[in-house]
Amino acid sequence: MSLILTEEQGMLRDSARDFLAAESPVTALRALRDDADADGFSRPLWRRFAEQGFCGVLVPEALDGLGLGHVEAGVVMEQIGHHLTASPFLASSVVAATALRAGGSGAQQRAWLPRLAKGEAIATLAVDEGGKHRPAATALRATPDGDGLVLDGAKTFVLDGHMADLFIVAARTSGRPGETSGITLCLVERSAPGVEVERTVMVDAHNAARVTFRQVRVGAGTILGSLHGGAAALTAALDAGRAGAAAELLGVADEAFSRTVGYLKERRQFGRLIGEFQALQHRAAHLYTELEITRAAVIKAQQALDTDPATAGDLVAVAKARAGRTATLAVQEAVQLHGGIGMTDEFEIGFFMKRARVLQELFGDTNWNLDQLARRRGY
Amino acid sequence: MNDLDAISRFRQETRAWLEANCPPEMRRPAGEEDQCWGGRHCQFTSDAQRVWLERMGSRGWTVPTWPREYGGGGLSSEEARVLGQEMRALGCRTPLVSFGIWMLGPALLKFGTHEQKLEHLPKIARGEIRWCQGYSEPDAGSDLASLATRADDHGDHLIVNGQKIWTSYADLADWIFCLVRTDAEKKHAGISFVLFDMASAGVSTRPTMLISGKSPFCETFFDNVRVDKRNVVGAITAGWDVAKYLLTHEREILGAMGGATEAKAVSRVAAEKIGLDADGLLADPVLRTQIAEFEMDEAAFRLAAERAMDLVKVRQAHPAMSSMLKYYGAELNKRRWELIASIHGSDGLEWESERSGHGSVPRTWIRAKGNSIEGGTSEVQLNVIAKRILELPGA
Repeated sequence: MSLILTEEQGMLRDSARDFLAAESPVTALRALRDDADADGFSRPLWRRFAEQGFCGVLVPEALDGLGLGHVEAGVVMEQIGHHLTASPFLASSVVAATALRAGGSGAQQRAWLPRLAKGEAIATLAVDEGGKHRPAATALRATPDGDGLVLDGAKTFVLDGHMADLFIVAARTSGRPGETSGITLCLVERSAPGVEVERTVMVDAHNAARVTFRQVRVGAGTILGSLHGGAAALTAALDAGRAGAAAELLGVADEAFSRTVGYLKERRQFGRLIGEFQALQHRAAHLYTELEITRAAVIKAQQALDTDPATAGDLVAVAKARAGRTATLAVQEAVQLHGGIGMTDEFEIGFFMKRARVLQELFGDTNWNLDQLARRRGY
Repeated sequence: MNDLDAISRFRQETRAWLEANCPPEMRRPAGEEDQCWGGRHCQFTSDAQRVWLERMGSRGWTVPTWPREYGGGGLSSEEARVLGQEMRALGCRTPLVSFGIWMLGPALLKFGTHEQKLEHLPKIARGEIRWCQGYSEPDAGSDLASLATRADDHGDHLIVNGQKIWTSYADLADWIFCLVRTDAEKKHAGISFVLFDMASAGVSTRPTMLISGKSPFCETFFDNVRVDKRNVVGAITAGWDVAKYLLTHEREILGAMGGATEAKAVSRVAAEKIGLDADGLLADPVLRTQIAEFEMDEAAFRLAAERAMDLVKVRQAHPAMSSMLKYYGAELNKRRWELIASIHGSDGLEWESERSGHGSVPRTWIRAKGNSIEGGTSEVQLNVIAKRILELPGA
């Protein structure tokens, strides 16, 4: 399969780019932050985003979605990265939609996927419990109670958690923290008694929450997949999230890079354009190379999720690990090469550095993904 | 009959011909010593190797896309792709490798006269003449265009005097394609691209010993060598255009090497040499991290090389993209050998013993340092990316 976008995928990218450039430039994120917006994202923008069909990219056509794949989701994610758009697209349209598709019963899919596709409901995965992403360490207890479960515990770094209608919670029903088996995924509505949500305002002015579950009782039909056997659907959802975050990181890095190259061509010091200095040219050329190599890894991982799930885990680890490292380099070079103005809040380049920091941690940082890659390869 | 039928019929015929004509010995993986470089003094390692070259050469399938009148196979790129697939499917060895195929041939096809193509291309295709490349000089490395080997005009011929270095296999080559100065007043515009027989009076070679030991490189000396003017490719003083075109080919070949190697995974070497701990992790945790990072970059680089070829197919590739692959591939291979040297520890220090394969680890480790120098240094590649892709200003 060719590692370049098809004509249709290119058209999707153009329409996402045109839409976000017009409706959600970086100034929109700044306004949300400065106004301390209660939602932390623009509901009118989200509605129009849904009207374009974007929210249903991974939802089958029979359930009102576009029935496309992870390459197309990645195309949209990359543009979100370019424009630093705050939206529940990654949490709801990519990660939660994938969890429901991978583990959901027909009834669960019919109940939620059409609403997610239309942007009418927002769903999100609640997995992390500590500062570092360690899905196998899940400790939040879910105890059988009649034909349902009772949940007790807390989750952190729950994307868009403060406005989610549905949490897909990774809970431990057997075994010990550290074991992959014994994890059960369950659907918990925001309105369930005992669910407490605290919004966490983060460095990047995007949205996440800490969610506490106190004796939250969920009925039969809320378990996603099988009891104790949530790992497969959880991994599918997380891999979709990793590939999506990798695409967003690529967009963040690409935008920070092209703004920086533009600056090298206009900033004058010592009587000449700073882009004439070879020390800076080589840094820019090296960064360009890193970006282009990461681009190939990201699209390959997305294609594998769509067509060859057996190899996808390895490729997703490569893509997320490398995108995290490339974007970290890109935003650091961007601030450094912009000099003093790069450190000012008035200038936009710092927003890219902040977003990259959050995306690096999301669903496993470079180190965690490298460790996974090594384990997969038997060392 | 549509194109699809034509191509599937071509596939069937090709498969049948290969089945019938590729000797069984030529269907086993080839080591470096099994490669056939052709030439007047070619020593075939087996009769099967000779037969395989003759059969493929007579069909022009050593150079499948070159025109038939110049000894090529006259295949379309689609047919050539099918031929490659069928050869891989049967495990057929490449019958002939040479600088004539990779470098001079493409340059002659683009810049040569009909007579030059007729004279030289069929001999390359059949492996009769082995070529070497005379580019670098002691005082013209990265700044190749400052080369000083002189070619003085004597009416119908030139007289060449000077010295080349890094001439790979000059001691085994029959002919040389060579950059010479025909105008001392101009830099780039004073260079010509000439061809001559290495058996000409006044040509001598001396092998170059590297820090890794023996090498294919030579120094090559020209003392009043006579070159007929019909052997100038392109116009006199227009040689730099030919050279630039050819350098791009060389960078693609070198860059692709990083992606094409089917060497054992570094992590496999480490697991065998160092071992795993009780949890199944490499018993050296710091080295494990470095290896994982290397293997991440290696996997991504291979994908980038694959993507580069996809871009070439749809004509979206930037002409300077080969510089990016050359730069990254060279640095990656240096990292590979630093890791392999570290994995072997003191077992990877022996230089001569039989036990150490005559020092294969330290010799390959130190030879790899040349990857970011040969074919344009990493710094030159970064200059090319900065200027031609990023369009940064200044000298």
